[in-house]
Amino acid sequence: MALVRLPRSLVDLFPGLPRQAEMPDVGTVAEMIASLDARWPGLRDRLCDEGPALREHINVFVDGERAGLSARLRPGSMVIVLPAVAGG
Amino acid sequence: MRRRLLLLLGTQKGGFILDGDETRRAWRVRGPLCEGWPLNHLTADPASGTLYAGGRSFWYGPAVFRSDDLGATWSHASEGLTYGEDGPKMKTVWNITPVGDALYAGVDPAGLFRSDDRGETWRHVEGLTNHPTRPTWEGGFGGLCLHSIVPHPTDPRRMWVAISAVGTFATEDGGATWEPRNSGVRADFLPDPFPVTGQCVHKLVMAPGMPDRLYQENHCGTYRSDDAGRTWISIEAGLPSTFGFPMVMHPHDPDTAFTVPLNGDDRGRFMPDGRAAVWRTADAGATWTDLRDGLPQRDAYLGVLREAMAIDRLDPFGIYFGTSTGQVFASADEGRTWREIASFLPPIHSVETLLVGG
Repeated sequence: MALVRLPRSLVDLFPGLPRQAEMPDVGTVAEMIASLDARWPGLRDRLCDEGPALREHINVFVDGERAGLSARLRPGSMVIVLPAVAGG
Repeated sequence: MRRRLLLLLGTQKGGFILDGDETRRAWRVRGPLCEGWPLNHLTADPASGTLYAGGRSFWYGPAVFRSDDLGATWSHASEGLTYGEDGPKMKTVWNITPVGDALYAGVDPAGLFRSDDRGETWRHVEGLTNHPTRPTWEGGFGGLCLHSIVPHPTDPRRMWVAISAVGTFATEDGGATWEPRNSGVRADFLPDPFPVTGQCVHKLVMAPGMPDRLYQENHCGTYRSDDAGRTWISIEAGLPSTFGFPMVMHPHDPDTAFTVPLNGDDRGRFMPDGRAAVWRTADAGATWTDLRDGLPQRDAYLGVLREAMAIDRLDPFGIYFGTSTGQVFASADEGRTWREIASFLPPIHSVETLLVGG
């Protein structure tokens, strides 16, 4: 099992989506996002573009390290999804 | 029972609704909506009362929002709003136009998408972007945006769209094939000022009751066509500049149109001399009259963007415009007199109206 922490601005777009979720099946970041998308349709499009890749201003950290879609999770991993800082 | 009148505002920092009624005396600001996403367009399907908004989050990409309760709650979707893994990345949604039971979206990079399930899923209208001129399309300052979608009122096979720095296109076979319709429209910024495509149309509108009459506000002038866009004539004489963004039509009179000239593309893009005015023609562009009673006449360096002017359908009809500095001005007497009805909103990208129960 891994733990994923999601930003408030993302959670607000999907009714019922928690800020923090337990992911029973650990795999890759892409699989984690697919799993969330299955339950909250459209979530993948908010985090990923056509690449397929993480959107330019979305950062994912796995156990403190910056990660891409192919990064693997381990049992007990902490995944943090953060929007990049922006001005204006 | 007074009918509700809603002014729908798409802004740089979310959607806003000015709640009023058909007396048009008082307005209450509601917002920000759509989680504060930058919205290029917030509009309504007048048949159903459903609200739609299109734009792009800096972080979460482009999407279309929908509200079935006049803006109290919203959902969003973007499934199918893509050129695919091999195509250009979708930047943003510029315009949403209901056409019968369908919904069309104009996007950047320029293209047209259609939804038949109220915005849940979208499919690309490939005929337009398959046009042989597509490799020559290059965006302007506002991007490569498809911003105007003009359906024929009775023939579902016919439609016009307009793309900044590319021009006007028309289909007569339901979107399978398209042809450029820019003859007579100048592109002063190109070596050939009358190319087949490359014209920077800013807004395209259709005359009421005359589907073959179109008007356009352009980066390089103001134009009218009486042959469905095949040829255009300049109607800029009498206006204070050749540059402006919005254009709206009278609800019933095909000879009466309104625009907001700005001082020029390289001069700041504000109302000439810092004096605010809407300009009206009542003779299909032969002459123009400035409407400024109640608008600020000194130190008013206001800009109005392409989607930021609208009319209501009351009698007499009202006109509204929003500025790029967050003010909304309204006229309840067809433009004769004006007053400021909101002052401190974010930069306003679009203005639309919805008469509830009307």
